[in-house]
Amino acid sequence: MRILAFLGRRLGIFALSLLGASLLVFAVCAALPGEVAAIILGEGATPDQIAKLTAQLGLDRPWPVRYAEWVGGMLRGDFGTSYFTGQNVLQLMAPRIAVTLWLVFFALVLSVLVAVPVGMLAAMKRRSWIGFVASAAAQLGMAIPAFWAAIALVLVFAVWLHQLPANGYVPLTTDPASWAAHLVLPVISLAIVQASVLVRYVRSAFIEVLSEDYYRTARAVGWRPFPALLRHGLRNAALSLVTVIGLQLASVLVGAIVIESVFALPGLGSQLLDAVSQRDLSIVQGVVMFLAAAVLLINFLVDLSYAWIDPRLRTGDER
Amino acid sequence: MVFSTSATAAPRRRWRWASLVLIVALLSACVGQSPTASTQQAHILSVGATLEPPTMNPSASPAASIPQVLLYNVYETLVKMDPTGTLKPLLAQEWDVSSDRTVYTFQLNPAARFASGSPVNAQAVVTSFNRIKTESTIQAPLVEQMAVVKSTEAVDDHTVKVTLSRPSNLWLFDMSSTAGIIYDPNALATLDTTPSGSGPFVLKQWNKGQSVVLASSGSYWGTAPRLDSVTFRYFTDPNAMNAAMLAGDLDVISNLQNPDAIDQFSDTGRFTVTQGTTTGEVVMALNNSRARLKDVRVRQAISMAIDKKALLDTVWNGKGTLVGSMAVPTDPWYEDLTSIDAYNPEKAKELLADAKASDLALKLRVPTIAYATKSAQFVESALRQVGIKVTVEELDFATWLKDVHNGGNYDLSIVAHVEARDLRRFTDPDYYFHYDNTQYNKEFQAADEAPADELVPLMSKSVRTLAEQAAAVWLFALPNLVITTANVTGVPQNAATLSFDLTTIATR
Repeated sequence: MRILAFLGRRLGIFALSLLGASLLVFAVCAALPGEVAAIILGEGATPDQIAKLTAQLGLDRPWPVRYAEWVGGMLRGDFGTSYFTGQNVLQLMAPRIAVTLWLVFFALVLSVLVAVPVGMLAAMKRRSWIGFVASAAAQLGMAIPAFWAAIALVLVFAVWLHQLPANGYVPLTTDPASWAAHLVLPVISLAIVQASVLVRYVRSAFIEVLSEDYYRTARAVGWRPFPALLRHGLRNAALSLVTVIGLQLASVLVGAIVIESVFALPGLGSQLLDAVSQRDLSIVQGVVMFLAAAVLLINFLVDLSYAWIDPRLRTGDER
Repeated sequence: MVFSTSATAAPRRRWRWASLVLIVALLSACVGQSPTASTQQAHILSVGATLEPPTMNPSASPAASIPQVLLYNVYETLVKMDPTGTLKPLLAQEWDVSSDRTVYTFQLNPAARFASGSPVNAQAVVTSFNRIKTESTIQAPLVEQMAVVKSTEAVDDHTVKVTLSRPSNLWLFDMSSTAGIIYDPNALATLDTTPSGSGPFVLKQWNKGQSVVLASSGSYWGTAPRLDSVTFRYFTDPNAMNAAMLAGDLDVISNLQNPDAIDQFSDTGRFTVTQGTTTGEVVMALNNSRARLKDVRVRQAISMAIDKKALLDTVWNGKGTLVGSMAVPTDPWYEDLTSIDAYNPEKAKELLADAKASDLALKLRVPTIAYATKSAQFVESALRQVGIKVTVEELDFATWLKDVHNGGNYDLSIVAHVEARDLRRFTDPDYYFHYDNTQYNKEFQAADEAPADELVPLMSKSVRTLAEQAAAVWLFALPNLVITTANVTGVPQNAATLSFDLTTIATR
């Protein structure tokens, strides 16, 4: 019963956050200077033409009406239509979501795959030169801006070595090999910073584990340091790491916007930038709302994962 | 927790497994990728461009990115502008002008067909022209250009009669651009996503946020194009476009956006660099409704304070043309007017003193576009030298459009006017220049309404008047910098229209 109450409360918070996010998104979009009708019509449009088109787009109605219509539509799965082309926003977003999802997913996976062993190494060998090098590499990785890393990688692997495409995107269904080739450099550029940040957390989490009784016991019964840390330390350290990774997701999404621009990837980030510059607010609202919902959902899942990772939370008092 | 010591072997083996998987995964990420697909196959072209069209409907948005892809490639017009700025027959084989120059009679080419197979007949022309005058969501410049048309009638299947309310030379020029596009009358409902014209190419695919793919229609009524498929790829970051070109992913950069980087393409064995002119004048607008800027001496002083040659060198790596007024080298009436208000800071100070404007403080509000923000810095420091205090403010384009262009809330602003032959803008006192000069208006109208043989001298005169009156400051005209791989031929030197015309381009 307790777990149900916990779930219910979390769901409630999730729904309330979504509502708050929708209000915020709508308010910010409404406050943006510039009118879509003026941009559609272009130079030399008379105020009369602009007013007519604004009315035709339904943008002259009071904001509560427009807000209610927007939220109501989203609840039915209808995100509205683009002011520029009249196309369905959700259909415009769908292929973009795939691009960003692959990028963010692989970047997170890669950074975890790199950061956990490196961080563990940095913790175990923290008094030798190996640990020092690992920590220094993490510091350096954090200091490198993602776009700079991207430019350097493109220069080496695309321009000099001609091994990988410089930028662009090919859908998975069109050509899987080309799809993978186009994702390698963006994923690595995005993962460098994230992995570096994560290394520091992994390191400190495992340093803590190293001083725990259960680790000493495992060592005492004959486990070698690394396996003991993996078998007994990982789950304990995972609790704080999952929290950090959940929080990192937001920064990965922001990083993805920059990376998409550098690599000319047709993801949500570039769609958002285009839509903002054209004041195609139905797309802006749709994309931001989707991103906000994704971050909230991940945090919701992170909350749930605590119970999965830590059996004590399942049986004892939930916090 | 209790476990036997014999368990030590198992975790060690597991760890070895895990590291093996990790190494294989990393290696496959680095090595297992197929090298970049070659774009060098015959008759397929990959073109890099900057802005993606917001819609595929040329009549719905003035974005220059739409005619770049569609004009002359997918859509055709009655007459075509060639790279030297001369009008040539396209859908119209020939045309007559009545003696009072208000009635144009076009003879359509009977062979002309839309990609759908239906003929380009007089009725299609009537429909295409009339919809600009009747529909409400037509972009403003088109409405303006067609305002002079009184009626369009189909005389017979291949003859169209267009009656103007007054003679207009510029109208016929405009018919070679977006305003003159003839649409397939059966496809008007879906123009936003599915262009339907009579050109040699059709839209094959539009990958939003990434590329537009054109394919040879296969049934073109004229000379078939020499390319089977052309992909326009869009890059918001100019460095990304250059990297793609250097990596061999592109065949053409349609117009280099950072001329500083031109030396990257100096290897003539790999690349061909074509340098020419465009129709885009980078204009520093002077708000002529401001009391201080109404004084011609103040406007001249501002122009004289700026060394345009040095500005071009600083801002655009010296690429581009110094023009001195609202005309570019592909305009028949173009002449170099840079000697008017040439750089002379001492004279500028004198003029300011004469006009009692030595304490001038002005707001320079520019959109965040590379040439504009860079020029703004140069202008700020140049005007400071003659005692004018300039505050620079950068606005994103949408805000600029609302506040400066439509709202008129500015003293000075910098933007490129890319439309061809746009000097009529100075006749409209409501336009954001707020320029109102009866003498100029008369001269411009006389040139527009003149018989064909008097057009050039009269238009030259009005262009000169704009320069002499310093109606604005013409910083420079944007260059046409096309980079191609060495096996691409037929790229015209100058861009006399907004079209990236593929009909002459071939690959070896």
